[in-house]
Amino acid sequence: MFYPLYALASQFSPEPKSSGIEVLEADNFRMNCLQTLTGVKFMVISDPKQSGIDGLLHRIYELYADFALKNPFYSLEMPIRCELFDEHMKSALEHSEKLGISNV
Amino acid sequence: MSRQSMRANDPKKVSGELFTLTYGSLVAQLLKDYENVDDVNRQLERMGYNIGMRLIEDFLARANPGRCYDLRDTADKIQQAFKLYLGVSPSIGSWSPGGDEFSVVMETNPMAEFVELPEHCLGLRYSNILSGVIRGACEMVQLEVMAWFIADQLKGDNMTEIRVKFVKRLEDAIPAGED
Repeated sequence: MFYPLYALASQFSPEPKSSGIEVLEADNFRMNCLQTLTGVKFMVISDPKQSGIDGLLHRIYELYADFALKNPFYSLEMPIRCELFDEHMKSALEHSEKLGISNV
Repeated sequence: MSRQSMRANDPKKVSGELFTLTYGSLVAQLLKDYENVDDVNRQLERMGYNIGMRLIEDFLARANPGRCYDLRDTADKIQQAFKLYLGVSPSIGSWSPGGDEFSVVMETNPMAEFVELPEHCLGLRYSNILSGVIRGACEMVQLEVMAWFIADQLKGDNMTEIRVKFVKRLEDAIPAGED
């Protein structure tokens, strides 16, 4: 569902050579998206006041490259059911929450 | 044993010898299983392809190289990746006149460090996994290439050389916004 919106956004943008949707802000949440050069998209939905999401997205990319892709039993494009990935994700999220809320 | 004491400081590094031994036993087992050198070459390339498809994300996540705008950029990134993953610094050269082919030239090949090819395996492309890795990695960033060995120190050549040829950009697979 998100992918077509992402693609449309890059077409509709008034600036030439735009990427797709990187940040979507609403009253109650913010969604950040990181698209890799291979087309994989990482999305984080957070509190609008949460900071450090870009760093978090990069960290998640690294965790994906490590615990999903380097697991030979994980097949590409399938849901990630890897315990190590989940554990490390949980710590990365906790870490980001601790550092995160900026009181604007 | 100074090499071992250097390695011991970095807990995440595995000894190069273990890697060479592992790869060697893989090739030896494939030869036993398939008995036919061409099939082994094909399997090695296919395995490399699967590795390349996954390794590219690690390379992008860690080295953050940015998109390539022409084949020379691609060649540079491949050179960077060889340094990062194999610890060798290959040179890039022998560009074709049309700029669509180049060579990755290694003076040493860590995968084949202690190897001698026996008489009956002279058709074996021992490090063919590397050709597959290049092909798989490039395909994930929407570049179709062919990669193959044109010189191998195991066969008496001076250098080990992989030729890479641009086939086409996979326009359909390009992620949105990356035009």
